[in-house]
This record gives sequence, C-alpha cells and structure tokens, in this order.
Amino acid sequence: MIDVMYFAWVRERIGESRERVETQAATVAGLVDELKAREPRYALAFEDLSALRVALDQELCDFDSPLDGVREVAFFPPMTGG
Amino acid sequence: MRVRVQAQRFDTGAELEGFGAGGDVGAVVSFTGVVRGTGGLARMEIEHYPGMTENAIARFAQEARDRWGLADVLVIHRFGSLVPGEPIMMVATASRHRVAAFEAAEFLMDWLKSRAPFWKKEIGADGETWVAAKDEDETALDRW
Repeated sequence: MIDVMYFAWVRERIGESRERVETQAATVAGLVDELKAREPRYALAFEDLSALRVALDQELCDFDSPLDGVREVAFFPPMTGG
Repeated sequence: MRVRVQAQRFDTGAELEGFGAGGDVGAVVSFTGVVRGTGGLARMEIEHYPGMTENAIARFAQEARDRWGLADVLVIHRFGSLVPGEPIMMVATASRHRVAAFEAAEFLMDWLKSRAPFWKKEIGADGETWVAAKDEDETALDRW
C-alpha cells in the first residue's frame, strides 16, 4: 500500500486530496497507468504527463523513478510559489 | 536562519527589526511579494504541500547561506486565502557586503518560484483559474 496525494487542479480533477492505493507497479509511470485504467477522472488528470510533476517521499522525481520502498507519492502541476 | 510557512498575515517591518544586526553585517536586502489586484482579482488561494514545503525552503535557505556566506536568512511564505495588497511572501538576507545579499535574495526568489510546492489560484469576477508556471521562471534557474 502506498499513500497517493494530489494537489491543485490534479486534486480537483480526481476529486480527492489523498488516498491509499494498492499497487504492483514498479515505477511511477506504472502507477499512473494503473490509476488511469480505474476511471475517466484519473485518465483526465493524467492525460498529459508533461504538465505534471511527481514527488516521492517529498522529493521531486521523474516518472520513470522506481517505487521500491516509497511510502508517499504526490502528483501536482508545475509549482507557482513566490 | 528563520523559515516559516503560515496562513497569517505578517508585518515586513516587524520581521526585519533586528534582522542581521550586529557582527560584521553591512547589508540587509529584503523582498516582499504582494498580491496584485490586476484584472479584477478578488482573492488568491494558495495551496501547498505541508512538510515538503518547509523542507524545500529550508534547503534553499541553507544553500544560499553557504554559497554567499550570509550572516542570516529569513523566508516567510503564506498559504490560504489572500486579497489584493496583502503580502504573500518575503525573503531577507544579511551579509558583509551588498552584492552577496542581493544575489542570494534573487537566488532564493528564483528557487521559491518554481521549486517550492505552492500553487496559486486566482478568483475573480470571471471565475477561478490556476496560475500557470512560466517558462521564464524555469529558465531563471539556469543562471544559478
């Protein structure tokens, strides 16, 4: 089981800010494919991966990063701080 | 070094009181970001990633401190609902000479813009829009 978090418009499209997900995926991209297959709202949120960023245990990572040992995955659009 | 992520409004003057005072500090630079009221903006909502935000900012602040040999660094960033004219965030740097203080403040601003996990939403008469990241904010990181 892994904690998956969504922020900004990703959260709005999926309609959840956090959920526990049972996954067999080896990488972030694999997890995204599993989520997209669930329901249209996920497919819509993950439509264009170039518009998304991912953090694994609160560190920015890539979509091909392995999920081995990861407890928390977060998906969000490019950040707009400052 | 002070890093704060908070919903409450802050007072830039009060935060700078005594900042960097003493020692061999000869320069204090501060920048305050304010909510612009352009285009009939009613308010701005800022979302963040608790935990990751504080850690990321603390890391940038430590890097600025080491790289420019700063005597002190201060970063405050707000989240929640803000109206035009309110301060969003501030950075302050204290150093021996002004060049280091200015450069370190710019470095911090550039990193906060596109690497600190905040997302801004603008709410106006025409509805609400998530602020899109700008390419120039991403390329601004290259100079560091």
